[in-house]
Amino acid sequence: MAIDKFTGENSIAFIRSEQLFDFARRNSLWYIAFGIACCAIEGLMSASGPRFDFDRMGVFFRNSPRQADVMIVAGTVNHKMALTVKRLYDQMPEPKWVVAMGACACTGGPFREYPNVVLGVDTIIPVDVYIPGCPPRPESVQYAFIELQKKIARRTEERLAARNR
Amino acid sequence: MTDRCEETLGVGLLCEGQHDPGVPPAGLRRSPSGVDGLTTEHLIINMGPQHPSTHGVLRLIIEVDGEEIVAVEVSVGYLHRGIEKLAEHRRYDAVGTLMDRGDYVSGMMGELAFALAAEQLMDVEVPRKAHWLRSLASELNRLASHLVWYGTFGLDTGAMGQFLYAMREREALLDILEALSGQRMMFNYIRPGGVVADMPLGLTEQIRTFLSTFDTYLDEYHQLLGGNEIFQMRVKGIGTIDRQMALAFGLTGANLRAAGVDFDVRRARPYAAYPELDFEVPLGTTGDAWDRYIVRMGEMRQSARMIAQLIDGMPEGAFTAKVPRIIRPNAGEAYASVESSRGETGIHLFADGTEHPYRMHYRGPSLFAAQALEEILPGHLIADAVMIVGSTDIMLGELDR
Repeated sequence: MAIDKFTGENSIAFIRSEQLFDFARRNSLWYIAFGIACCAIEGLMSASGPRFDFDRMGVFFRNSPRQADVMIVAGTVNHKMALTVKRLYDQMPEPKWVVAMGACACTGGPFREYPNVVLGVDTIIPVDVYIPGCPPRPESVQYAFIELQKKIARRTEERLAARNR
Repeated sequence: MTDRCEETLGVGLLCEGQHDPGVPPAGLRRSPSGVDGLTTEHLIINMGPQHPSTHGVLRLIIEVDGEEIVAVEVSVGYLHRGIEKLAEHRRYDAVGTLMDRGDYVSGMMGELAFALAAEQLMDVEVPRKAHWLRSLASELNRLASHLVWYGTFGLDTGAMGQFLYAMREREALLDILEALSGQRMMFNYIRPGGVVADMPLGLTEQIRTFLSTFDTYLDEYHQLLGGNEIFQMRVKGIGTIDRQMALAFGLTGANLRAAGVDFDVRRARPYAAYPELDFEVPLGTTGDAWDRYIVRMGEMRQSARMIAQLIDGMPEGAFTAKVPRIIRPNAGEAYASVESSRGETGIHLFADGTEHPYRMHYRGPSLFAAQALEEILPGHLIADAVMIVGSTDIMLGELDR
């Protein structure tokens, strides 16, 4: 994007407002601190720890869904939990994204034979990025956020292209 | 999308109504109390299942009178995923994967409990080295688990710095555990008959390097959190579980030892290499949140001591017994328990001679601690509820199973 190349000293960049907003959005992806199961230890706690340090990517946790942009569904969602997940997702302000972390959130994982377990969180909320693994390493979560940033940028480009046509 | 959503949620009709605020939770007092002639009403607030301080998906339905908690109902089951039932469809060497995901920050202990129960029904002699490797893995994992508790307990009080330090040490431990087992969290390392692999070359040095600084760091950590006067004022004297109540609720682990009861499965029913190790069991006196903190910090020190003994005295020999590829234990019933990071983790196993367990009961210590919350939380302020829940160190994965 243009702004990446024009951030020197005394530089002026002419930029569309959509591009500016999306630049801000994809570099401050705040996720809701919502750990369900094992993946929360890797994806939320180790991730904000000193080794992986997601803060440097602008990825930081918020405790309220109303302040969050991203929901990391980290763990097995069962039918008792599904209503809460849906409600939390509905409380998040637009635009919002969902990362399904781990085998359980993607498909039900090792517990998918149990009738109480939701077979993938994409049956209740739309998912943008899937991370395989049980649990995925924090590096995978990092990669998922990079992919999500790309996706946000791509969406802006597509929207601008559609309008210019 | 909407259709699929309804379809999925429709299956869970059983839990409908729980989210309806119009339905008062059963067993809670609803009588309004009057102050200065004014009538006030008790307020019912939900803590969880999405709450940063409930350490998972615990839901507390708290009835408050102003700031004071009047009654509490613990609502569990948000992470119920049928570990006991699924174990009936796993082979004996694969049940460990479920045990890992039960108590997910101390998976080694769950695996060990299952392996010990299965071995009682198998004709197998576990080699001495396997016992020592099991103890080593357990103690390393106990340190990692207690560091998670230490970090999050501080977060509950509002401190942030110690979390980063705890995570730094935990990463070093996870490197060691990864070198040992191949995974950071879900190890599947301890299986019936022994362990999966021997220690890799250079791991002893890696552990020694870790231990050389850990004791100093532990002193610093204790100073950082326990030496903080604000922390002491917030933690001392709250959430007292006295000796009688702890025994009545069936608490185990640090929650019980904080009340002064000298019970440690490692000593009471020794398993693995613990009979040969020299360690102390830290005890508290009153059983409040501060005592639980002190006991866990002491346990970390003892774990480090044991790890040093374990790598110094690691015997030679085979790391696993000769076990058939498909394990078929003799029909019968066995119970084995280990001292996990949270207390007595037990496996009650029924075998019918086939390659799957007939029935497995998973006795996790967290459920008992969660039950005690209903008793100890009333009378405290809302702000203390977070601290008390944090100090009991419950793990929702094994609570809901």
